[in-house]
Amino acid sequence: MNALQEKYTKDIEAVLEKYPEDRKRSAVMPLLYIAQREGGFVTKQDMADIGEIIGITSTEVASIVGFYTLYHDEQAGKYRIQVCTDMPCALRGAEEFLENLCGNLGIQVGETTEDGLVTIEEVKCLAGCDKAPMFQVQSETEIAYHEDQTVESTMELIENWRKEEK
Amino acid sequence: MAEKLDTQEKEKMVNLTIDGIEVSVPEGLNLVDAAKQAGIEIPVFCHHPKLEPVGMCRVCLVDVGTPVRSRETGEPEFEEDGSPKIQFGRALQTGCTTRVSEGMVAIGYSEKVQKARQDVLEFLLTSHPLDCPVCDKGGECPLQNLTLEYGAGETRFRFEEKKHNKKHVPLGDLIFLDRERCIHCARCVRFQDEVVADPVIGFYNRGRNLEITTYSEPGFDSYWSGNTSDICPVGALTTADFRFGARPWEMLAAASVCSQCSVGCNLTLNTRREAKSGGNLVVKRVMPRQNEQVNETWICDKGRFGYHFSGSYDRLTKPLVRKKGELEPASWEEALSLVAEKAKAAGSDVVALAGGRLANEDLFNLAQFAAHLDGKARLYSDMAGGDLVAQVGLGSEANFGKMGLGTAILVVASDLEEEAPLYWLRVKQAAERGATLIVANPRETKLDANADHSLRYEYGQEAALVMAVLKQLSGKAPALPEEVKKLASSRAVSAAAEAFEAAENAVVIYGSEGLGLGGSEALAQACTNLLVAAGKAGQPKSGLLAVWDKGNAQGAWDMGLRPSAKLADELKKAKLAYITAADPAGDHPNLASAVEKAEFVVVQELFLTATARLADVVLPAQAFTERDGSYTNAERRVQRFYPAVPPIEGTKPDYLITAEIAEAVGFELEQEAAALVFLGIVGKFADYAELDYQALAEVNDQSPIIGRDDLYYGGTSYENRQGLGVKLKTTAERGSAMEISTVNFPEQSKADRLQAVPVTALYDQGNTLGYSEVLQPRLPGPYVVLSAADAGKLKVVEGADLTVKVNGVKAEVTAKLDQQLPQGIVLVPRSLGLPVTAPMPITVKAK
Amino acid sequence: MAGKQKVVGHHILLRHRDIPDIGKLEVYREQGGFETFEKAVTKMQSQELKDLVHNSGLRGRGGAGFPTGLKWKFVDDNNWPHYLVVNADESEPGTFKDREIMEKNPFQFFEGIMISAFAIGANEIYIYCRGEFWQLAHELDKHIEKLKKAGLLGEKLFGTDYALNIYTHLGAGAYICGEETALLESLEGNLGQPRLRPPFPPAVGLYGKPTVVNNVETLANVALIVEKGADWYRSFGTEESAGTKVFSLSGRVKKPGNYELPFGTTYRELIYEYGGGIIDDRQVKGIMSAGASSRVIIATDEALDTPMAYETVPALGADLGSASVIILDETVDMKWLVNKTIDFFKHESCGKCTPCREGNFWMLNLTRRIASGEGSSEDVELLHDVASNIKGKCFCALGEFSTEAVVSSIERFPEDFKV
Repeated sequence: MNALQEKYTKDIEAVLEKYPEDRKRSAVMPLLYIAQREGGFVTKQDMADIGEIIGITSTEVASIVGFYTLYHDEQAGKYRIQVCTDMPCALRGAEEFLENLCGNLGIQVGETTEDGLVTIEEVKCLAGCDKAPMFQVQSETEIAYHEDQTVESTMELIENWRKEEK
Repeated sequence: MAEKLDTQEKEKMVNLTIDGIEVSVPEGLNLVDAAKQAGIEIPVFCHHPKLEPVGMCRVCLVDVGTPVRSRETGEPEFEEDGSPKIQFGRALQTGCTTRVSEGMVAIGYSEKVQKARQDVLEFLLTSHPLDCPVCDKGGECPLQNLTLEYGAGETRFRFEEKKHNKKHVPLGDLIFLDRERCIHCARCVRFQDEVVADPVIGFYNRGRNLEITTYSEPGFDSYWSGNTSDICPVGALTTADFRFGARPWEMLAAASVCSQCSVGCNLTLNTRREAKSGGNLVVKRVMPRQNEQVNETWICDKGRFGYHFSGSYDRLTKPLVRKKGELEPASWEEALSLVAEKAKAAGSDVVALAGGRLANEDLFNLAQFAAHLDGKARLYSDMAGGDLVAQVGLGSEANFGKMGLGTAILVVASDLEEEAPLYWLRVKQAAERGATLIVANPRETKLDANADHSLRYEYGQEAALVMAVLKQLSGKAPALPEEVKKLASSRAVSAAAEAFEAAENAVVIYGSEGLGLGGSEALAQACTNLLVAAGKAGQPKSGLLAVWDKGNAQGAWDMGLRPSAKLADELKKAKLAYITAADPAGDHPNLASAVEKAEFVVVQELFLTATARLADVVLPAQAFTERDGSYTNAERRVQRFYPAVPPIEGTKPDYLITAEIAEAVGFELEQEAAALVFLGIVGKFADYAELDYQALAEVNDQSPIIGRDDLYYGGTSYENRQGLGVKLKTTAERGSAMEISTVNFPEQSKADRLQAVPVTALYDQGNTLGYSEVLQPRLPGPYVVLSAADAGKLKVVEGADLTVKVNGVKAEVTAKLDQQLPQGIVLVPRSLGLPVTAPMPITVKAK
Repeated sequence: MAGKQKVVGHHILLRHRDIPDIGKLEVYREQGGFETFEKAVTKMQSQELKDLVHNSGLRGRGGAGFPTGLKWKFVDDNNWPHYLVVNADESEPGTFKDREIMEKNPFQFFEGIMISAFAIGANEIYIYCRGEFWQLAHELDKHIEKLKKAGLLGEKLFGTDYALNIYTHLGAGAYICGEETALLESLEGNLGQPRLRPPFPPAVGLYGKPTVVNNVETLANVALIVEKGADWYRSFGTEESAGTKVFSLSGRVKKPGNYELPFGTTYRELIYEYGGGIIDDRQVKGIMSAGASSRVIIATDEALDTPMAYETVPALGADLGSASVIILDETVDMKWLVNKTIDFFKHESCGKCTPCREGNFWMLNLTRRIASGEGSSEDVELLHDVASNIKGKCFCALGEFSTEAVVSSIERFPEDFKV
């Protein structure tokens, strides 16, 4: 048993059960989500461990990490605020929202606040076009939607996180 | 009984029209390959005839139409002029993914199609760095050639908007990636995955940010990596060995054959005369040369990068004679007359010992030399069975490239990819085409992934296992020892035996895993018995194959040389030990002391080896790059190699040196030319009768067509214009009756101690590999492999330092762990410093 | 359209808007939920169900509009097992209908996919949710547990030999996985890049087995179609577009959101009657009828009065597609719009084929320059040409989606591109 298996034995078993015996490669995506529970990104060791569990190479696991946008190979803030600025959202003020939010936090898109809590990212359509401005928050534990947002409501959310940290 | 699917039989042909030309091609072919056969040009980037079509690059777009049939009657419809009515598709199709069908019409020359190809090319060039002047592929680059053919002549893309990427990315020690040049055709990724089952390079990111990457340790960890640079259609993948080494058009090409293992891959040696090599013609790179019966279009990295010894400055260039205890340079006359004098005096006490990398001509003259004096001709090897292979070896129609359903292949005691990479590949592909694969080995090897039956046995039970399979073949069981009966009762063995018997054709392959000479002898006999019992001996598509330790070991057997279990004794007692292409003293302390005790020692070599240092006379020989000759591979295909560079001054080919010694002794051996020596072989051995060098140089059309100066890019593997070689017929196939013979099972050591067993690793520290600078980082230091249980007992982890004592030698080695290795077994790779020639006790201590 | 019901009195798909707690299993069952599933499993044959759905005129709601029953009939019955894969990878800008169905009316969705699985002989359903639907997928997992407990999933259902299991599988951010073969690749643990077709999934799909891939909204119709019959379903909508459609309305309207309406409703009705008109009562300039991949329709009176149906929208030089209607008002600059769409498609190109990978990269360079006002008329011409050169050469349909907005905007709104 490798480190990842030891840590998440039950969860990994549950994931593997979803797919036929000889098709464990299918589990690579859910296993990557499990690996991201610690630190919010996938380490090289995680890739090797996942490869070992489902019988593929580290390189094949890495390809999956690289292809999809919700897997990360580098650490960022504890909360990644992922703002949709695609066309329908932009038609409803998402770009101004993002700019003002960044201004409020004193960071640029792609940057992390000094306390390491929040990273602001600009993403493509999240299927929330009618409730723009909107974003999702990706953290170690989940991906959660926040719709019909204003800079004020978002700053309040961040303030709550900051309080939780203390 | 498996469904008969013999791919060697006549294929069904399909008639179609491409660019107005009527062609007839085998069913199942795709349009670009069909066009290639007909000599019609359809350009490709992502398509390669040895890979599954993917239709990614889109440059092979064609207009495809099919005959219209009446909805009511199903009959073909016709135009007014009587020609068949053709319905063309709405969009252009990729030729590589379109299978030919009867009556199909494909158009590539229309303005629409030409424009489409030009568009695709323009897209590719938007992100290409256009650094052709410094690109290794320049001159043999399909992107360059296609641009010349279809390029717009002006760019509409702003140069300053080009995406810049890293240009010198090492994907490990052997292959460099230029991310700007990459056109994302995935040929390399697909080759590693589909062909060689080493998916250790892959794409990272997506869209325009796609890039090739590796996460293996070490990077691009595969024995096949060099092939990716051959099939790369741009200069994105280059070898550490050749990059920036020469321009393709500056180089000459000479045909050669690899002697690193017993497959005998066909090579092309590219040479160039250059100032930096003192104005000499030198080998710049080694490329595969197509031979669909042997290596197809591939070679392994050992064959590609391991050639550097031939051009080394350490090569011997003058005869040496021992004077006052020191080896001193001497003239050929002086050295040869001294050797002749000793030979005359020695008479039947001459022991000629040769390594299996020499050519047939060298081995023949050496054997004749020893025979003339009534001395012994020994092959330096721990493997046996070459005589049996000559009797029941692969039949004349056996071709791994065509094997599939209906053939059973048993591989026993071999880690095939380590021992002979191309055989691993060919057997794997046969299994993928439906051949029944039985893999028998004490531990899991890479080939197990393709096995229908994986059989495990204990080291030492190799022959017993094969006899157990034999016992299961109904009604053909000879009297057998207890342990065989026990093995035979296993369900896995009986299932494998059933599958083996059910197959129309059967191939048995044995290697050297865990075996010494005695074990090898027993195994070879057992394998022969199995083929005889199954009624496959002498069948044209069945037979026995020994995965030899050296490239021309089968040739050595055919020339009459034999290994000896008492080699040390024989050397000790020799009045003249005449050692060629072998370094017993370097391998084994027992043999070193035996060589020391021999009365007079002559060593014929490329380098001043440990054995040469003990010699009284050292004679400088020529490398395979400098002369011609022939090798007989493990399938008993006789193949010619040709001189690529002039010999180093002062050296002579082995067959000539032996002939000159003979002349000085007073008898005649052919010395004028290798071709003439070969005629002597032809005259002496029935198996080689009717052959000559012309026959070995014959070629015929091979499929797929990979060369030619058109825009269909098959890679830089060379077309074969210098000979496909000739496969020898076995005595069984020529009609000799074969019978089951007794197997002398080796004694099983039941010692309570750790048991060292020899195994073969492709990258070892053999005499020649160390001269390859690029391979150096991949060559391991001395190591042994421990089972997880033994490692636990010894409290050692992977990479730990160990002190081992084996066969009278104490050595420091590092530990590797194998979770699946049985407890009590220590794997010791050959040619890595430890003298383990057969299973023997070993002591291991953590340092 | 005579005899057809013009307006749906109540919803077929968005029934949570009529029955508040239908998202709870008890409430859904009180409404007769899963009785149709039981009837199908115990009393109906696979062929009967396929015929019924075929006769209902149901067409795929993912965008292509392929007849659902016909797709089911293509399933190869000589190769087993079969799989049903639900495409819940809703990722096209402007599309957000499947999410609402699964969030708010989950059990109708489940009953639909369960009947569909039975119809095609599948014992396993994979719901491929886009990774962003993380919370939703976790809710679905809880629902699946409830269904198991209720004896609606598992072995020997209703005393028959039929067994059925449902699994969710989360994507991780890739638009291309909405393409059904890329989705299957992704589900198998590979890069989400499309496969060669043919063979099509009903012949060779998931794990090489016959597979039906259907969109969420498509399958959410099935339970009611089987319950009430093909004729009932055909009584909504138009001749060639039976039933209702969830229109995702976004952009510059006062009340964006999902509106379930019968096919044949006009754009004018959707925008003004349901969407409350344009923000600040500005003029409508253009309509994107099928998300970011649509050609832009000039919002003439004629266009506004065009019924929304598979057979009528093409007359406007566009397609109904997934019916994700994005409204552009007079203040929207088409240069900006084109740059936005290309930014999306360049980001989402999987990289497999040359025209999409390189072409979108090139187009983005051009649209950025043009949108920022630095482009020349040659740049606009070149952009049009590059888009035209991409078209017809890509590996999959999504590859050329990017060209639609570009070509149509330049051709139909030339004044916006004048330098």
